[in-house]
Amino acid sequence: MPEDLLNSFMTGPDEHGRFGDFGGRFVSETLMPLILDLEAEYERAKSDPDFWAEMEDLWTHYVGRPSPLYFAPRLTERLGGAKVYLKRDELNHTGAHKINNVLGQILLARRMGKTRIIAETGAGQHGVATATVCARFGLDCVVYMGAHDVERQQPNVFRMRLLGAKVVPVTSGRGTLKDAMNDALRDWVTNVRDTFYCIGTVAGPHPYPAMVRDFQSIIGKEAKEQMQAQEGRLPDTIVAAIGGGSNAMGLFYPFLDDKEVRIIGVEAGGKGVNDKMEHCASLTGGRPGVLHGNRTYLLQDDDGQILEGFSISAGLDYPGIGPEHAWLHDIGRAEYVSITDSEALEAFKLCCETEGIIPALEPCHALAHVMKIAPELPSDHLICMNMCGRGDKDIFTVAKALGVEIDPAA
Amino acid sequence: MTRIDDTFRRLREDGRKAFVAYIMAGDPDAETSLAVMRGMPEAGVDVIELGLPFTDPMADGPTIQRAGQRALAGGQTLTRTLDMVRAFREDDATTPIVLMGYYNPIYSRGVARFLEEATEAGIDGLIVVDLPPEEDDELCIPAQAAGLNFIRLATPTTDDRRLPKVLTNASGFVYYVSITGITGAAEAQAADVAPDVARIKAQTDLPVAVGFGIKTAAAAEAIAGVADGVVVGSAIVERIGRGDPPADVLAFVRELAEGSHRT
Repeated sequence: MPEDLLNSFMTGPDEHGRFGDFGGRFVSETLMPLILDLEAEYERAKSDPDFWAEMEDLWTHYVGRPSPLYFAPRLTERLGGAKVYLKRDELNHTGAHKINNVLGQILLARRMGKTRIIAETGAGQHGVATATVCARFGLDCVVYMGAHDVERQQPNVFRMRLLGAKVVPVTSGRGTLKDAMNDALRDWVTNVRDTFYCIGTVAGPHPYPAMVRDFQSIIGKEAKEQMQAQEGRLPDTIVAAIGGGSNAMGLFYPFLDDKEVRIIGVEAGGKGVNDKMEHCASLTGGRPGVLHGNRTYLLQDDDGQILEGFSISAGLDYPGIGPEHAWLHDIGRAEYVSITDSEALEAFKLCCETEGIIPALEPCHALAHVMKIAPELPSDHLICMNMCGRGDKDIFTVAKALGVEIDPAA
Repeated sequence: MTRIDDTFRRLREDGRKAFVAYIMAGDPDAETSLAVMRGMPEAGVDVIELGLPFTDPMADGPTIQRAGQRALAGGQTLTRTLDMVRAFREDDATTPIVLMGYYNPIYSRGVARFLEEATEAGIDGLIVVDLPPEEDDELCIPAQAAGLNFIRLATPTTDDRRLPKVLTNASGFVYYVSITGITGAAEAQAADVAPDVARIKAQTDLPVAVGFGIKTAAAAEAIAGVADGVVVGSAIVERIGRGDPPADVLAFVRELAEGSHRT
């Protein structure tokens, strides 16, 4: 790691929205003025105590923050090595970390006088969070969701509709998160004057990657204080799952300059990181390219055409990754690994059995990696893993994968 | 001087407006799309815009999206698109060709190598939708250095404060996107477009062509009345998409060209 070149890993992005060579503002001219307006408004809000006071209030009374940092005793015992702590962001209102960021963006949208909110969603967690906060503030909400994901995440589709959102199934491409993001961008370019695009991850054109990271950083800030309170020191290793990478960036960011803390991001390996691209591991199996407003690692063919990822987890099914992760990967500050669908399913079962927590399939990828490393580590080694979502939405997918038939209508 | 500059100068001297027509390279297959392209100059097309297929065309409506998917399904690649340009250049050394698309296929090829291949093949200009002036170092500046025009998009959201930035490294012509939206969407109205074209012309000597939402010869004629050129894409691609033979597609192109040139 080029430590001599950098005093801090927390200064990015630069004024062009770059993290090293990654990030940027690769959008059409129609959107460019909006993105500049958003950046200016975010800069103002960031230094406005009233903005943060409103966030704090909603985080505390509406979301239920801080989320606990929970020592998982039976999981630790079963793995027989490092002490495993779970950052319980699955206990947030709406069941995942997504709402941390949505609140921030919706407050910004209100400051900018926007009345219509659009969002893309994969697993539906970001869509549900956006629909929730829109209901809370009486804003119109349109959620773009790949038709394939609408199919496999029915409970969340119903939730969004209950909350008053319009869910638009996207049929272009293979009908997953990438295609939903394309259609959200098409909506935005058409309705620029009254519409705010609430992006769910640390990707997209600048300032989104930095802004979403800042809103999600509450996860890492709390985890740091809580670990200090419980163990009197920082964790040795922090682990999080990555699709676009917002929960991971939220956990990682406050620890970037604590160089003794090992940082591990876990990508979705699908059926295995192979030539057939039956995975979503952009860093492990992709190369740099430009999509959705930023330069980052992408799954693509030799001609620069974007490939569809594959994962059991709809929330990780994205062929790219946030540009800050791409940078952290290249400079070596964070390690990135991949976990297959079947390994994630094993972690799902273990978590249910040992801790009485039904996790979402996304953090099961992180947990599966914890299962690999914890047994080899000493008992005073502290692992902090982000349990970024709960698994209620996934029970039908898991049942199917385990060969169990359940009738949702029964 | 590129073929684009020459064409607009000649048109201006003749007191005529430019008709710019778009097709997607390789749609629905390489042979058909080359046949349409070869017939375009004779049908009255002054500048050919050749779409470079991309899996994720974020600024395009369903018509162009499907055209790109058809082309990719038929095995179209950047190399084949450049081959198509070379084949066209065998019998036409004068009609300007603008390659229009998204950055990733170009970035993936490598900017230096792409520029070398594109100029050698006979491309005259580039429109890259997802490269705003903020990213000029990526391709715009190297492309101009290689002798290609970099055609900039101006939109209804490009206000007077921002316009100088958009015009700074523009060349060839300015492409005014007449609506906020995707290709092939709402119909552009000449009365709405006229003040914006005037606003742009007040700040540049480059010709201004108007596109997005022009679907008929009558609409082309109306827009030609207020701009230096008219761009039609989706309406042509729509006919290719429904399986019209090249001769029928070109008959429609001729109507549009006549509309544009009537002014």
